[in-house]
Amino acid sequence: MTLMQVIFLANALVTIFAALMMVTSRKLIHAALWLVLCLFGVAAVFGMLEASFITIVQIIVYIGAIAILILFAVMLTQNAVDDSYKGNRRWLMTGLVALLALGGTLLALFTWPKVASLSTALTTAQLDIGLIGQALVDPQGYVIPFEVSSLLLIAALIGAIYVGMERKGEEK
Amino acid sequence: MSFVADPVTFIIDWLQRVLGGWGLSSGWVQFILFALGAILLTVGPMLLTVGLIWVERKLGGRFQDRLGPNRVGPWGVFQTIADMLKIFTKEYITPIGADKVLYNLAPILAVGAVLGVWAVIPLSSTIFGTNINVGVLYIMAVGAIGELGVILAGLGSNNKYALLGGFRAVAQLISYEVPMVLALLVPVMLSGSMGLNDIAGAQKVAYVFLVPAAALVFFIAAIAENGRAPFDLMEADSEIVAGFNIEYSGLKFGMFYVADFLHAFTSALVFSTIFLGGWQGPGAEQYPILGFIYLMIKTVIVYVFLLGVRFTLPRFRIDQMMAVNWKLLTPLAMAAILVTAIVDKLTPGGFGLVRIVALLVSNVGLLLITNWLVGAYVRAHRARRQVVSGPRTVVVAPPKPVSEAQEVNA
Amino acid sequence: MIPLSWFLILSAILFIIGLFAVITRKNSIAILLGIELMLNAANINIITFWRYLYAPSGNLDGIILALMVFVVAAAETAVGLGLILSVYRRRKTVVADDLDTLKG
Repeated sequence: MTLMQVIFLANALVTIFAALMMVTSRKLIHAALWLVLCLFGVAAVFGMLEASFITIVQIIVYIGAIAILILFAVMLTQNAVDDSYKGNRRWLMTGLVALLALGGTLLALFTWPKVASLSTALTTAQLDIGLIGQALVDPQGYVIPFEVSSLLLIAALIGAIYVGMERKGEEK
Repeated sequence: MSFVADPVTFIIDWLQRVLGGWGLSSGWVQFILFALGAILLTVGPMLLTVGLIWVERKLGGRFQDRLGPNRVGPWGVFQTIADMLKIFTKEYITPIGADKVLYNLAPILAVGAVLGVWAVIPLSSTIFGTNINVGVLYIMAVGAIGELGVILAGLGSNNKYALLGGFRAVAQLISYEVPMVLALLVPVMLSGSMGLNDIAGAQKVAYVFLVPAAALVFFIAAIAENGRAPFDLMEADSEIVAGFNIEYSGLKFGMFYVADFLHAFTSALVFSTIFLGGWQGPGAEQYPILGFIYLMIKTVIVYVFLLGVRFTLPRFRIDQMMAVNWKLLTPLAMAAILVTAIVDKLTPGGFGLVRIVALLVSNVGLLLITNWLVGAYVRAHRARRQVVSGPRTVVVAPPKPVSEAQEVNA
Repeated sequence: MIPLSWFLILSAILFIIGLFAVITRKNSIAILLGIELMLNAANINIITFWRYLYAPSGNLDGIILALMVFVVAAAETAVGLGLILSVYRRRKTVVADDLDTLKG
C-alpha cells in the first residue's frame, strides 16, 4: 500500500460519505453543504490524476460559483418543504435497482482487459498549461468547441436573466 | 549554503538527514516536512496579525488626526494582546434558531481561505510552500472558498440583517472576482507561466512599471474583494450594524476580525509578488534571506498605501459599487489585456528599452483615455440630472396694501 | 501506483448515488444537486481515461472535454435555478410533484 493509494482511499471514503449524506439529509442547506464537501473530494481526485488546471477550475467554477448559486436559491425559497428520500414511496425499490445497476456496470467493466493498467509517468513538458491554451485556439485543435461553448454561455446568460426577471404587472 | 544566507534550506536538509537516519522511508520524511511547513505557514501569519492590528489602529489614528491606542505599553504595542485576551474569554452566544453547522463553519472557512494563499507565495527564491504551476488560479480558487464562508455566516445566523449583509457581500465578492482574474492574466502573459515562482523570478523590471493599468485594476479589485473601505458595504457599521457577522461573539468574531486584517496583508503580499517583483532585489539570489526581507519591505509599503486608501475615502453605495465594477473595471481590464498583448507581440522580447517604453506608454495612454471617458460620462450624467430637477422659483404672493387693512380694523 | 479500476469504481458509485438523489427527492433544488453529482462523476471518468490512455501521447482531448462539461454544467445550473425561482414566485412551491399542470 503506497502512500498515494492510502491517500486515494481516504479521499474516496470521504467523497462517498459526503455524497450519501447529501442524499439522506432532511434540510436542504445541509444537503448543499455536503455536496460542497463532495466536490472538494472530486477536486482532490483530479489533483491525483495530475490534471492541475482541471482541479483549480473545479474549485473556482463548482464550489466558487455553482455551489454559491445553489445556496442563493435555497435562501430565496426558504419556506419550501424539507423532504427526505423516504418521501418517495418506492425508495427501497429504487435503491435496490440502483445497486443492481452499479453491480452490472462494474461486472461489465471488469471484462475489459486493460482495466488494471497502471499510469505511466508524464514528463514536465507534457503537463504544461500553455499546451491547453494553445489547443483551445488552434484551428486544427479545439477552437470550434471553444467558440461554441462561449455562444452557449451567452445564450444561458440571456435565458437565465429573462426567465428569472420579475416582470411588472404580472399577477401573482 | 551557510545558515546565515539560507536558513530555511539549511534546516530542511538537516531535518532530512536526521529523519532519514532514524530509518523512515523518504515518502514519510517528505510528508513530515510538508506538515511542518504547513504548520509554520499557518501559525506565522496568525502571529503576524497581532502586529498588523496594532499598525492599522495606530496609523489609522494618525490619518484621522488622533493618537490611536497609547495606554497599554509604549505607543500602545500591547493593546492587541489586551484585545486578544478579551476576545478569548468572551462567552459564545449562539442565537436561537441558528443552524449550528453553518454558524460554526463560517469563521473556519473565512480564516482558512486567507491562510491558504500563503502556501503558494514565494517568500524567497528557495523558501516557498509549494510550487504548483497554476498558482495564480489557486489564489482565485481560495478566495472563492472565503466567499462561501461569508454566505454561510449570513444564512446561519437566523437574523434578517445578517441575511441582507450576506446577500450584498456575496454579490460584491463574486462581481469583483471578474476584473481581478482579468488583471491577473496580464502578468501571466508577460512572464509566460501561471506559477508564482516563475512570475516573481521573471521580473527583472517590476511589472508595475510595465503594465500600470493592470496593476491599478488588480489593486482596486483586491480592496473590493477584501471588503475594506471604500468597498466596505459588507460591514457597513452605520447601515446594517456589522452585516453578516452581527451574531458572532468571542473568538468566532475574532476569527472574522483576524481574517479581515490578514486578508489585507495577504492582498498586499500577492500584489508585491506579482507586480512589484516579489523577492527580487540587489543580492537576493545569492542570499535568499535578503529576498524575504525585500518582499516584506515591499509588502509593508503596499499595506500602508492600502491603509491610506481605507482611511481617506468614503463608502460606496451598492449601485455605485456595481457600476464601478461592470462599467469601469471589467472593460478596463479587458482593454489592458488587449493593449498589452498587441504591444507585447509588436516589440522585441526581453527587457529592452523599446519594449518597456512601449508598454508603459500604451498603458498610461489607456488610463488617460479611461479617465477622459469617465469624466465625460459623469458630466453627461450630471447634465441629465440638472434638467430633471433644476431649482424652481418660488412664487410669492404680493403683500396687501396697508390702507385696506386699516379700513378693516376701524 | 493506483490502478485504473479504482478511479472508475469511484466514479460509478458517485454516479449511482446521484441517480438515486434525482429519483427519490421531491424538492427541485435537491434534484439539481443530484444532477451536479452525476456530472462530476462523469468528469472523473473522463479525466481518468485521459490520464491513463491519452496523456502519454500528448493528446489533450480529455481535458478539453472536461472543460466543455464544466461549461454545460454551469449553464444548465444557471438556467435551471432561474426557472425554479420563477416557478416559486408564481406558485410558492418547488416540490416537483406539485408542478403537474401539463399532466393529461
